Amino acid sequence: MSAVRAWLLTDIPQSRRQAQCQRLFLAWLVFRRNGSAVAGIAIVATLVAGALLAPWITGSAGVTPDLGNRLHAPGLAHWFGTDELGRDIFDRVMWGSRITLYIVGLVSVIVVPIGLAIGVVAGYVGGWVDSALMRLTDVFLAFPRLILALAFVAALGPGLENAVLAIALTSWSPYARIARAEALTLRRSDFILAARSQGIPHLQIIVSHVAPMCISSVIVRLTLDMAGIILTAAGLGFLGLGAQPPTPEWGAMIALGREYLLDQWWVPAFPGIAILVVSLGFNLLGDGLRDVLDPKSRD
Amino acid sequence: MNPAASVEATGLQVAFGRGRRSFHAVRNAGFSVGAGGSFGLVGESGSGKTTVLRALAGLLPPTAQVRGRMRMHGESLGAVRPRALRRRMQMVFQDPYGSLHPRHTVDRILGEPARVHGLDSIDNRIGEALAGVGLDASFRFRYPHQLSGGQRQRIAIARALIIEPDVVLLDEPTSALDVSVQAEILNLLQRLRRERALTFVLVSHDLAVVSHMAEALAVMRAGEVVEMLDVAALRTAAPQHPYSRQLLRASQGYDRAAGSEF
Repeated sequence: MSAVRAWLLTDIPQSRRQAQCQRLFLAWLVFRRNGSAVAGIAIVATLVAGALLAPWITGSAGVTPDLGNRLHAPGLAHWFGTDELGRDIFDRVMWGSRITLYIVGLVSVIVVPIGLAIGVVAGYVGGWVDSALMRLTDVFLAFPRLILALAFVAALGPGLENAVLAIALTSWSPYARIARAEALTLRRSDFILAARSQGIPHLQIIVSHVAPMCISSVIVRLTLDMAGIILTAAGLGFLGLGAQPPTPEWGAMIALGREYLLDQWWVPAFPGIAILVVSLGFNLLGDGLRDVLDPKSRD
Repeated sequence: MNPAASVEATGLQVAFGRGRRSFHAVRNAGFSVGAGGSFGLVGESGSGKTTVLRALAGLLPPTAQVRGRMRMHGESLGAVRPRALRRRMQMVFQDPYGSLHPRHTVDRILGEPARVHGLDSIDNRIGEALAGVGLDASFRFRYPHQLSGGQRQRIAIARALIIEPDVVLLDEPTSALDVSVQAEILNLLQRLRRERALTFVLVSHDLAVVSHMAEALAVMRAGEVVEMLDVAALRTAAPQHPYSRQLLRASQGYDRAAGSEF
């Protein structure tokens, strides 16, 4: 253990890999000091673990009705109780975490590359390219997220993919703006001028010099936005426009459970708590990452 | 045009902005440096000396309007520079804390330009470049934040030299460093110039640095070259222009009597 630690903390790294590992380890040391960030990463890790282990920790996939077991209160047999069709709510919440992760993952995979590419190119190249790309960004920024999602679903039919597409399409613009703002300040910096004076091609400067400096603020923003994305997806599910029954999507579960809110509170409450906890987890993680990644807040 | 000149600028003018709001950073600058020579540009802040250097390096923002001609070994230095031309002229920046990419290791900082210019045996070259600036191989995989200011400036010099340029532009290469480190860096630069037959164009506000490094110098003020001197004339304190004399007095330290003269 101490040998690994020494390897990670030595002043004289011997290889590229060691230097990278050291940088990650030092970032982790900063991150670890931030209590709420560790809580955030614990929550997100629990979400991931729940999604991965769902087949082993649940008794059923939570989709088959069992009308003899309707609306059982939480107890030892059913930790979170059962819903109006007799399905175990704990099982449904666990399987639902897969859907939440799917939404979160898919949105980030679409949003980060688009936002980063458009923002970095606009900020680095400047001039009319910048104007054109930023007006395009403004156009997408002007779409109301939920209304566009409704239009998408109306045009393409309800479903998780269409909901994700609508969310992604309306949420990349802030990332482009963040990346552009960073790229604008970097463009004039000496290390970018040095790269230019060395004849390094513009594309390579954008990809390997400018983008890595912008990506940290984009990732911080993404984790802070995750809560909003989860809530929008849940909202679409609640409106019946996202995941369709019997898929155990948390928002849809709340929508179906709201009739029982007064008498059988556990039906909507547990998926609601799950949304709350996961959103909180991503927010705490985002705050912690900002402390680690954002050089401006560090010194 | 002087055929023996390595770097030559004639009637150089640089303006930023257009119309009534335009600002002429350089009004009229001209000089020529022989191959293997070392030329200094001195002047106070805002005299346009750094702008001249950036114009030579092709690093001015696209909004700047450059007039006049700049040549390197007879080749015209225009707004668009082919990669091979870039390779022959390299620059060392003033602030070693800002001129190295904070997320790149020394290995990558030195290796990338060598790869871009298609050089072979990059591993050996990185080792030699480090040795050339007096750093051992243990620095190779460090990040800039693990280095001192002097070590960073050595890395910046190694980065400029790894692609074997003819001309090195030095923008106040020591002014951001500790006094004790300044002399080391200046001696290192002198040694490298001798060993590799480099041509230097050096910008500084410090006449002592310029007289140590350069054989001839131009004094700039408000965007114009007011006087050309060789270092011998500077040593005998014989500059003609009153502004040059003022700079010389200033470089000899603060003196109440001298201060009241101006």
